[in-house]
Amino acid sequence: MEYEVVIGLEVHVQLRTASKIFCRCANRFGAEPNALVCAVCLGYPGTLPTLNREAVDQALRLAVALGCEIPSRSVFARKNYFYADLPKGYQISQFDQPLALRGRLALHDAGVEVPIARMHLEEDAGKLLHEAPGGGVLRGSSLVDHNRCGVPLVEIVTDPALRSAAQAQEYLQVLHQVLRYTDTSDANMEEGSLRCDANVSLRRPGAARLGTKVEVKNLNSFRNVARAIEHETHRQALVLDSGAEVQQETRSFDAASGTTRTLRGKEEAHDYRYFPEPDLPPLLVDEDRVRRLRGELPELPWTRWTRFAEQYGLREDLARQLCAQREVADYFEAVVAEGAATGAAGGAWAQNAANWTMTEVLKELNARGEGIESAVEPTRLAALLGMVARAELSQAAAKEVLAAIWGSEEEPSAATRRLGLGQVQDADRLEEWIAEVLAANPGPVEQLAAGEQKVAGFLVGQVMKLSQGRADPKLTRERLLSSVART
Amino acid sequence: MGEARGQGPELLDLTAQEIASRVRTGEVTAAETVDLALARIAELEPRVGALLRPGQLDDAARRSAEAIDARRERGESLGPLAGVPVVVKDNLSIEGQPLTCASRILDGYVAPYDATAIARLRAADAVIVGQSNMDEFAMGSSCENSAVQQTRNPWDPERVAGGSSGGSAAAVAAGEVPLALGSDTGGSVRQPAALCGVVGFKPSYGRISRYGLVAFASSLDQIGPIARSVPEAALLYESLAGSDPRDATCSERPVEGLGESAADDGGRAAPPTLEGLRIGRLREIDSSGLEDEVAAQWQSTLRQLSACGAELVDVSVPSLPAAVAVYYVIANSEASANLARYDGVRYGRRVAGGGSLRELNRRSRSEGFGPEVKRRIMLGTFALSSGYYDAYYGRAVGVARAMSEQFESAFSQVDLVVTPTSPSVAFRLGERVEDPLAMYLSDVFTTPANLCGLPALSVPCGLGGSSGLPLALQLLGPRWADREVLRAGAAFESASGWNRRVAPGAAAREESSSAS
Ligand SMILES: [Zn+2]
Repeated sequence: MEYEVVIGLEVHVQLRTASKIFCRCANRFGAEPNALVCAVCLGYPGTLPTLNREAVDQALRLAVALGCEIPSRSVFARKNYFYADLPKGYQISQFDQPLALRGRLALHDAGVEVPIARMHLEEDAGKLLHEAPGGGVLRGSSLVDHNRCGVPLVEIVTDPALRSAAQAQEYLQVLHQVLRYTDTSDANMEEGSLRCDANVSLRRPGAARLGTKVEVKNLNSFRNVARAIEHETHRQALVLDSGAEVQQETRSFDAASGTTRTLRGKEEAHDYRYFPEPDLPPLLVDEDRVRRLRGELPELPWTRWTRFAEQYGLREDLARQLCAQREVADYFEAVVAEGAATGAAGGAWAQNAANWTMTEVLKELNARGEGIESAVEPTRLAALLGMVARAELSQAAAKEVLAAIWGSEEEPSAATRRLGLGQVQDADRLEEWIAEVLAANPGPVEQLAAGEQKVAGFLVGQVMKLSQGRADPKLTRERLLSSVART
Repeated sequence: MGEARGQGPELLDLTAQEIASRVRTGEVTAAETVDLALARIAELEPRVGALLRPGQLDDAARRSAEAIDARRERGESLGPLAGVPVVVKDNLSIEGQPLTCASRILDGYVAPYDATAIARLRAADAVIVGQSNMDEFAMGSSCENSAVQQTRNPWDPERVAGGSSGGSAAAVAAGEVPLALGSDTGGSVRQPAALCGVVGFKPSYGRISRYGLVAFASSLDQIGPIARSVPEAALLYESLAGSDPRDATCSERPVEGLGESAADDGGRAAPPTLEGLRIGRLREIDSSGLEDEVAAQWQSTLRQLSACGAELVDVSVPSLPAAVAVYYVIANSEASANLARYDGVRYGRRVAGGGSLRELNRRSRSEGFGPEVKRRIMLGTFALSSGYYDAYYGRAVGVARAMSEQFESAFSQVDLVVTPTSPSVAFRLGERVEDPLAMYLSDVFTTPANLCGLPALSVPCGLGGSSGLPLALQLLGPRWADREVLRAGAAFESASGWNRRVAPGAAAREESSSAS
């Protein structure tokens, strides 16, 4: 039968702050186990939480970027459950009065706007280690690393408004961009600073009521979110087709097999016994604070690529690719600005800068497994592109120069000289190459002589090939035409 | 002790102000004072049982005292509690010392940091000489829920000292120390103070930082001083109160205690008065089951207040009869969360669970907690459960809010409200162990101050006509009127002629020490 899949996502995001949300320990990934702990985040008897303003500001920045309403008052609540990674036996979270409500995120590919129901602040829990640090099996025991305890988190919950795995994946990609643009999170799924659970249900198309939902956990990449939803859609359809009912439960995704399996049923669902956190007064956020944070917000990805398309005359898809990473877009704009500074403004320059950024620069970075911060500086790339624009260097030679100056401080002009890659304008040299090409291609020469001008391009190309791209194409063409005319 | 000046044990019977003053001037040393206190503790403890692990802090106390004396010799000025020996309840975290809350579940735990109240005691140059017995996790009214020992009332060793800060109250009543700290969640400072014939003060919620106080019910807990007189309690209160960046519920309002009147002269400078005060008498008290001798003393106390110039006005807090029920729902709900951290994983008692975390949690908690703590955790867990939250926790919070409004309206007519502290005198050991409800009901007058965040002071007002045991009145003020409550208490105290009366247990001590 035909079904419509209905998806809601719950995304946990670790906020980027200097310290944890309720104590002064550093908020940092990758430290030795239990190196970033204190009596407060270990939940020692008598300790109390105090709220980190920076964490609130970061959460508010994100809320504003997602177009959320910010109530003037939100309330922390205790979420009670026992687990070895939860030192107090409860997590300080927010429940019925969250930090932010009713936001939205536009998905360009899908052409939909995803309504965000709420966003709340909470503390992260620790991490259980089932292997000894540095490897080795633990027999009958586990270790607890408390470094993550008290790391500030926001949970962003969408309405059940997504309609496909592709939409879910795009939502995460765009959300990831927002997190990076606002610098509110590292948003790294592998390190766990971005985590996603998906609620998936099926219903007959047009049905008003939602079907029974299944929560899928353990989704550790955007791709796996999509795979899990696809699998779950398929699995639930089979259940419904067989005449059975989908069970409300929590399932875990296994990336190796691409399937989900039951983690706990409805009966085992926790009763978290939320109640207001008595150790923290209600969080009051006044309009001035929201206004200030909104004013400080950087240009967001969708605004930026729209501007790129208009201002630089770029194709929309290229503009969007450039803006997928804030740092790449910054890099591109720096190259454009360098060009403008040397008088090389205009659409062609920006187009060239965009092409080089997206192809040559990213290709080199990918090959080296590095980020944009390790790329050749915009100044030198602009200098290189300037040489190309002035026909001092062919595109092909420019790529060689780029590779040569990567990782060094050499200027493109110096490298060009050093490598002998500059365009050859020397008449004798050009005539030698032209003569060789004309001799080797009597047919086309005859056609050209007969007035078939389009063959000129082919012959010039042959000269370029012979010269390994170093022949000045303009001069070559002139001389080639006059040579043929002379014959 | 170097140049001992032959201070007799009577030094300890001076007020905290007088002791601190003598230490500051060098008339006596902190070391001498502390040695006297340690000696008296060693002598009395076998009979009173106020302290857990007596002797454990002796070395640390002597070192602190010597450091204080050394600073005085260098010409540094000393704090308001210079050299005064203090006992603190064993739910306050002292760096490097055990912290048990009189529970087995904290076996082996050594606190890694000082509570703010402890740090402020040190900053005031007080010397901590002992950690006192209590009902396990402050849950109880008699110290009978201590997993460690029974504290006896210095007025009658067959009777309870009250609770949960019974150890602190008994230590002061027996004359072991002039000052002690307790914590008060539903009367745990005031009720044992009343039963032991000493002064106990619960400040407004948010006056003294709770950082380092092991939480029972976070929205109700407040640290409070216990002393033999109101000015001494006020002095200790003033040394501790004030904002703390580590406690978000601690107020930044400036602290006002007795001020000058609590200074070195022990309250002689500006005698507070009851003249012209409007004091509210709660109508609901008449039907609240006072014991006969309490009822009789209550009437005479009211006459005494009138005679001192106070105007008595009848006021009503209609929710008062619900206070105990509301209190036990809210306190137990919060406790069920606050005590979840004792799970055998990180510290304290761990009973291995055959490889399963759940079993480890279950066994550690089953063996670590006593029956009253378990009862309250279960009641609190139930009250917060899905489907019951609104009927229990939600409703209790609503009634507490209504009660706050009723008090506010009462305080628009009167300056203070007066009640007995406890509906009965100290009861016999074991008498109420099998009847937790009777035990809970005795909290009827003390719980409202916690539910509404009000300052409340228990002051001795006489001895029971038949039992000969101490009785006390309680003065309640509007939130943040801590100073007014203390002033009225000090005025009543001077008029009552109670005058730092010592318990017969302490008298016995004096006989024995003069005989030796
Ligand atoms: Zn910490």
